[in-house]
Amino acid sequence: MANVTTNIESERMTFWERIYLPEIARGLGLTLRQMFRPKFTRQYPEERWEPEGSYRGRPVLVQEEDGERCVACGLCSRVCPALAIEVRAAETDKEKERYPELFEINMLRCIYCGFCEEVCPEEAIVMSKDYELVFGSQDEGILGKEKLLIPVSQLQDRLEFLRQWR
Amino acid sequence: MDWIDFAIIVAKGGILVNAMLIAAAYMVLAERKIAAWIQNRIGPNRVGPWGLFQSFADVFKLYLKEDVVPAAADYRFHALAPVISIAVAITVYAVIPWSDAVEIGGRMISLTMAPDMNVALLVILAMTSVGVYGVALAGWSSNNKYSLMGGLRSSAQMISYELSMGLSIIGVVMIAGSLNLVDIIRGQSAGAWNVFYQPIAFIIFLVTALAETNRAPFDLPEAEPELVGGYHTEYSGMKFGLLYLAEYANMLASSAIMATLFLGGWDIIPFLDDATILGLEPGSLPLVLLQHGAFVGKSLLLVFVFIWIRWSLPRFRYDQLMNLGWKILLPLSLANIAVTGTVMLLLNR
Ligand code: SF4
Ligand code: SF4
Repeated sequence: MANVTTNIESERMTFWERIYLPEIARGLGLTLRQMFRPKFTRQYPEERWEPEGSYRGRPVLVQEEDGERCVACGLCSRVCPALAIEVRAAETDKEKERYPELFEINMLRCIYCGFCEEVCPEEAIVMSKDYELVFGSQDEGILGKEKLLIPVSQLQDRLEFLRQWR
Repeated sequence: MDWIDFAIIVAKGGILVNAMLIAAAYMVLAERKIAAWIQNRIGPNRVGPWGLFQSFADVFKLYLKEDVVPAAADYRFHALAPVISIAVAITVYAVIPWSDAVEIGGRMISLTMAPDMNVALLVILAMTSVGVYGVALAGWSSNNKYSLMGGLRSSAQMISYELSMGLSIIGVVMIAGSLNLVDIIRGQSAGAWNVFYQPIAFIIFLVTALAETNRAPFDLPEAEPELVGGYHTEYSGMKFGLLYLAEYANMLASSAIMATLFLGGWDIIPFLDDATILGLEPGSLPLVLLQHGAFVGKSLLLVFVFIWIRWSLPRFRYDQLMNLGWKILLPLSLANIAVTGTVMLLLNR
């Protein structure tokens, strides 16, 4: 193969590129300009980010005036890919007949996929905007009903967002 | 030498060492701030106003850290290496001409520990070569393959770049006719700075100084992606702190030497005589202080250049580093000497 034309990067460089210094000067010029561009850093603990309704934060249970919406059907627990949800059903005198006696989400397992929310027939479990999840121990990472129940008024953004796609 | 002279020297030593430590602390902060700006970030701003006490918090943290020595390390050399690094850095500070001498109470006092040393330049070159022992020993005594590689790279790099650095200085020495830093500065004070006579030597010196201080783009001894932390992988606590400090101290020392050799040292205005322009008496206190400010300003500007280069350029590959050192910088510096000599001969200086 006598007449192979090489097209190697180093052979296509011009003399000025090969002596390197002008290109270094251009690179330095770029970084110098960059230093005076506006910064976009958010000063986190003081300036917080308010997510949109589409944001998938910590899954929570919807609480109406007379208690949770959940009917303890166990679908969310069944669909959860991370096996994070545990539901224990019990009977109640209310119209819905069943309620979760125990409802726990292990936040150390949850992957924020939103499947539980999607599968729930009662719109009883939704993803909240809460992204600040800090635990001091593994046990603290398992949230019971007292931490999961959030009044419906605080979840309007998410519920509206979900209705758009129903 | 009576006790007042002695007290003055002790005081100067104390001032220099403390100034060096504080300067190094603030250079670390400057490095982080400038890096942040170049990357469109804000940088440290939590400890103190504008993050000004960040470095002190870091040093305090380093003091509280456990000092881990690997079981297989040679602990004596492991402890000696940071000491060598920082001691060499401090020694160089003793000969840097920080300010002109001023007469106070019949004594000529300048901020330099060893003013008017006739072989100051040689001392600096010798000391920076000793500095590599710190890095090489740190790498070797850690008994860790990555550290050893870092140490070896540092030695090889030092040997290759030391030559070009020494040769690039020769042009300056030829013009000044002296190895005394004060004489070199005085030679530049009235006329043009050496950077105008020796631009090539200046660039060579800048490049080799980057390599000597192990700064990017020549930071192969501590190339994080390949060598974990390089020669200081196995260091923790204040020993690590000392190695880190020595790096920054060396950076300031190199900048100060560059300012001395090429940028006129403490000369404020190029081409003209400071004293007549500013209407101050030569050797008077205000003039000397102004000149000291100019010298520090020039040094800090060069430190900024060091940092700026670090955050702009990618690291060299090892063969590129050697090619650059031996095939480009060395011939270039030799040619520079030949041209300087010829021109001086023709001009009959
Ligand atoms: S968001 Fe996904 S992982 Fe988390 S609890 Fe719901 S189904 Fe399980
Ligand atoms: S949250 Fe929804 S899916 Fe889960 S048990 Fe309750 S009703 Fe069923």
